[in-house]
Amino acid sequence: MRFSFLNLAKQALSAHRHWPEQWRFPEPKAAYDAIIIGAGGHGLGTAYYLAKEHGLRNIAVLEKGWLGGGNTGRNTTIIRSNYLWEESQGLYEHSVKLWENLSSELNYNVMYSPRGVMMLAHTVHDIQVFKRHVHANRLQGIDNEWLTPEEAKEFCPILNISPNMRYPILGAALQRRGGTARHDAVAWGYARAASAMGVDIIQNCEVKGIRRDPSGAVTGVETTKGFIGTKKIGVVAAGHTSVVMGMADVRMPLESYPLQALVSEPIKPIMPCVVMSNTIHAYMSQSDKGELVIGAGTDAYTSYSQTGGLHITTHTLDAICELFPNVRRLRMLRNWGGIVDVTPDRSPILSKTPVKGLYVNCGWGTGGFKATPGSANVFAHTIAKDEPHPINAAFTIDRFKTGRLIDEAAAAAVAH
Amino acid sequence: MLLIPCPHCGNRPELEFRYAGEAHIARPADPSTTSDQEWAEYLYFRSNPKGLHIERWRHVSGCARFFNCVRDTVSDKILKTYPAGQPKPDLAELVKEAGQ
Repeated sequence: MRFSFLNLAKQALSAHRHWPEQWRFPEPKAAYDAIIIGAGGHGLGTAYYLAKEHGLRNIAVLEKGWLGGGNTGRNTTIIRSNYLWEESQGLYEHSVKLWENLSSELNYNVMYSPRGVMMLAHTVHDIQVFKRHVHANRLQGIDNEWLTPEEAKEFCPILNISPNMRYPILGAALQRRGGTARHDAVAWGYARAASAMGVDIIQNCEVKGIRRDPSGAVTGVETTKGFIGTKKIGVVAAGHTSVVMGMADVRMPLESYPLQALVSEPIKPIMPCVVMSNTIHAYMSQSDKGELVIGAGTDAYTSYSQTGGLHITTHTLDAICELFPNVRRLRMLRNWGGIVDVTPDRSPILSKTPVKGLYVNCGWGTGGFKATPGSANVFAHTIAKDEPHPINAAFTIDRFKTGRLIDEAAAAAVAH
Repeated sequence: MLLIPCPHCGNRPELEFRYAGEAHIARPADPSTTSDQEWAEYLYFRSNPKGLHIERWRHVSGCARFFNCVRDTVSDKILKTYPAGQPKPDLAELVKEAGQ
């Protein structure tokens, strides 16, 4: 059922008791044309674009937990495309353009809010790096501008620009089209739209093995709900990518780290934008519920624990209190950790693999949410056509062998 | 925060240490005959296991020495630390000991 004013009025007459389920809960069939492993935003989006743009309707998305329960439900929902290299700009800008129309395309309010993302410079090195980003972005037609500390404070009035700070703010790069969206709604919107086109989303179904024929090509997956046949598998498993790819004997240039976030108690609107600081390891925005959403850096060591050291969040809160002195007495409501898969060059891998019929979308590290629609869109193309879209052609696994790395360590924003 | 038993100094908080990645990765012995794929494996490809991981740490604020550590990446529990240069421990044996 479409969400519309007419349907809302109709459902109101029966006190909203008869809205249909937003997606189906099917049992797996014996075989599918393609299987996506991982029902987060990227995986569900991939299934959606496979069904919509490539006519593949006989497909399934397998999820070991519940949909949107991994990093999609754990991130700080920041959207931006102010990356340094042309390859990344193409990919992230493709995504921002899809964000702009995503709510109407999915008939689901993903609450995309282009409120502006401001990245603070605290050192001469920061100024040089960010100005380089500003120029690189503008050459590609991507908006990004340099602000003085006073202009930064005008854009975000609660910012402390005192020269007496431990790391005073010397300027900022602002991308006005950057912003936030509602993370759960992205997963739910894609799930609902994909399910309506016939995609089977199978939750509580963990993949235990990948079966291959003597030529090496994939023939299906072993799961907790039995064997499911397929000739094409797209792995979109975020922090667990190395584990899943290991089932097909493919080693990955990835390490999985815990990344933490936390939210404060809800307060009235005080913050009109997103502020990030690479140098002192903090970023913050305010959700529509009023909570301040705060992101920390990764832990020092690899882990699958979905927690993280408290000293990491403490360090971040030190920085937050210095940047925004008026939030010092707020209480923090919740904190949590996700497992992020980090590549050596901080750029993702959207690629075919040495195994026939196996495709991988991973390595988003600390910043995958912003790319959800764009990543899903080009990954669906890669699976359907068995060749990369021009936008993701550079994001191969082979780049670690050829040396054509896409180094976005400075743009990744989170301390690794 | 981890409590890490430095093999030279004993138990110390994680803040005194610097993580240094997967252990027992040997630099190719003869660079001129090493293929691109072998370099990539050495530089970038990692086992990244969900379970026991052998890794290097450096006690930067203590003895400043590198050492190796066996840690379970699911529970973050440290099973063993040992000085650099010693051979890989038998992981099955370690699990058995930890279980007792």
